[in-house]
Amino acid sequence: MARKEIIALLLAGGQGSRLGVLTKNIAKPAVLFGGKYRIIDFTLSNCINSNIDTVGVLTQYQPLKLHSHIGIGKPWDLDRRNGGVTILTPYQRQEKGEWYSGTADAVLQNISYVEELSPKYVIILSGDHIYKMNYSEMLEFHKKKNADATISVIDVPWEEASRYGIMSVTENSKIYEFEEKPGNPKSTLASMGIYIFNWEILKDYLQKDHDNPNSEHDFGKNIIPGMLKDGRKLYAYKFVGYWRDVGTIQAYWESNMNLTERIPEFNLFDPYWRIYTLNPVYPAHFIGETGKVMKSIVAEGCIIHGTVINSVIFPGVTVQEGTVIQDSIIMSDAFIGANTEINCCIIGEGSVVGNSVRIGVGEFAENRYNPKVYNTNITVVGYNTVIPNGTILGRNVVIDNHIIPQDFTSSVIPSGGYLIKGGDEQ
Amino acid sequence: MKRAMGIILTGGKNNRLKELSSERSIAAVPFGGKYRAIDFTLSNMVNSGIVNVGVMTQYSIRSLIDHLGSGKEWDLDRKTDGLRIFPPYLSETGTGWYKGSADALYNNLTFLERSDEEFVVIANGYSIYNMDYGPMLEQHVDKDADITIACRALDDLTENDRKTLGIVEIDQDSRIVDFKEKPLNPTGNLGSMGVYIMKRKFLIELLEDSAAKGYTDLVMDIIIRSLDSMRIYAYIFTGYWRPLNSIQLYYRANMDLLDPRIRRELLMDRRKIYTKVKDEAPAKYNEEACVKNSIVADGCIIEGTVENSILLRGVRVMKGVHISNSILMQGSTVQEDAQLNYCILDKGVVITSGKTLNGDQEWPLIVGKNIIV
Repeated sequence: MARKEIIALLLAGGQGSRLGVLTKNIAKPAVLFGGKYRIIDFTLSNCINSNIDTVGVLTQYQPLKLHSHIGIGKPWDLDRRNGGVTILTPYQRQEKGEWYSGTADAVLQNISYVEELSPKYVIILSGDHIYKMNYSEMLEFHKKKNADATISVIDVPWEEASRYGIMSVTENSKIYEFEEKPGNPKSTLASMGIYIFNWEILKDYLQKDHDNPNSEHDFGKNIIPGMLKDGRKLYAYKFVGYWRDVGTIQAYWESNMNLTERIPEFNLFDPYWRIYTLNPVYPAHFIGETGKVMKSIVAEGCIIHGTVINSVIFPGVTVQEGTVIQDSIIMSDAFIGANTEINCCIIGEGSVVGNSVRIGVGEFAENRYNPKVYNTNITVVGYNTVIPNGTILGRNVVIDNHIIPQDFTSSVIPSGGYLIKGGDEQ
Repeated sequence: MKRAMGIILTGGKNNRLKELSSERSIAAVPFGGKYRAIDFTLSNMVNSGIVNVGVMTQYSIRSLIDHLGSGKEWDLDRKTDGLRIFPPYLSETGTGWYKGSADALYNNLTFLERSDEEFVVIANGYSIYNMDYGPMLEQHVDKDADITIACRALDDLTENDRKTLGIVEIDQDSRIVDFKEKPLNPTGNLGSMGVYIMKRKFLIELLEDSAAKGYTDLVMDIIIRSLDSMRIYAYIFTGYWRPLNSIQLYYRANMDLLDPRIRRELLMDRRKIYTKVKDEAPAKYNEEACVKNSIVADGCIIEGTVENSILLRGVRVMKGVHISNSILMQGSTVQEDAQLNYCILDKGVVITSGKTLNGDQEWPLIVGKNIIV
């Protein structure tokens, strides 16, 4: 196999637990985003658009959807004889089998994958963010600085800085201090969780980290601080542009809504930076005689007879006559009945909303199921769920995946209410 | 249906579709929002279980070859069988340009000889329909026919449409007793769909025999001459079918997709129509958009009024624009306050601000590729 200069390791094993029912059965990178994509598509497309043609995708949490989505990497032109996409799941070894216990551990457990390709550099990515970035420019920077590791950073507002890993850098972009989620941040340069390492050096640190029983085996918490302590040359590569962690319901909703702006900050129409995904086989969408669509994005296969305002509609959605959908995200293949009103809501893939249903009624109330996750005006309806005719749902309501009409004990669920089946959610 | 192989004929040179087919084969004409005409026949073959498909191409083949690629979208990028494209070629015995459908097949006899399916389904690549060839093959076997031709009642086609077809007469047993190709005064209500089934070995013999006689056309030289000597049967198809034989047929077939019943039968069936994927973003509607009874493909950005129209990929409709009863192909742009009625814009057309273009329902106005109006 021809040697690669750089390969990517894409960490896609996280649950993203703050997306609630949306990530109950699928990993966060596999969550639908932007009218036809899944979150991981943005990072995978960045790879191929940056001429990185060898990508190891490390999966762990609920990987089924992710695996079937990625397949052999065809949509991204990553079905290669030499390189391409490889899915790396935790596996059994002779002595024992182990789950990935942290981001660094996940890479360590796949050392043999990297060794076989023996690249000079490795770029560590996560499949959780929405952004367009040319990694090859970051690599140029890394080489020019003759760095041992380069961390991509973005300027964040002071008030948010304590949520991130914050770097302090010299004029020359050399990192001299790194603090994970500091109480009193000393700078506003936040780590984006994107690292380029010289593989030989990283390998050493991974091994050392593995042998340290007190380590959490995390890049941000252990590997980077360790390298810094040893006086390694770490540089910060400043990224300017749209970058969002869509890890909460609010952030996820907002980021989708951004796309309906006249000139969105994040442009999906860029012919020089296409976002690739597994395209469903659907005809172009149809807007009926009674249909009305404004300030929205609508994907293929949809049939719209109702009114859609300020919303994101994924492939294969049907909206019946007399229905008004506003400020909402309707995922693939959902069916919305007639004379229904949907306000500020996320409807999961394959769900059915009956006739004369009203969603998003009334005022905000604290969620009685899990206020840590559900704490906005947004009502979330899970995947493959049926909302029977005439149901009324308030705001900040959560309805589980796979709910059938018989699960409803009342036709009204007021704001802050929930309908969750017994199961494995926290 | 590993029992049959498929051959798609993409047609000779003609300007049936005027500007739309002057630079591309009719089989490659964009249709219905995101498709090319050939997608229908090719998907029909794949959905009928045919995985060994040859496409005979002749004129203006660049866009067709670009579209078909390796056959990936139809799952025809196979190690064994799959999609093969046969443009004309020169050799010591080969004659260059195909002189007709039979000549095209004869020049690629090796393909027929090396295949091992018992039957061949031959179909043209410029008809819009969603059909399972399986039952037709069953009937072919049951009737012990030499050739079976798919036929359809022509109630929903005009006299002018019929003049572009082969008109067929059958007896009580569905045996074809008369076949008139493109008659000036069409009588009879049954038309050939240009889909033929026969045994592969039978076709090889037929082609060798006709080559010796100097015959070049499958219909005119072989079928019509052999009605008495061969058992040629009609298989009656009752679904939606339109050959893109004229601008009127092309225009109406596109507009037919606005009918939910036809759209469902053609495009939303469990037998899906596959096409080359372009990775466009979902369509975007801005505040001023007003779209009614229209089909809109990915990649469009709309801020004007659109009704009874079909927008293919990546069309831009700016503010104050009014489009009705029109077909806009990939990447065309309609600038502020322009008005279009009964128009067909080919790929990449730009209609500048304030222009008004009016066609007629029977003669839609066609604007050729990349023209700036």
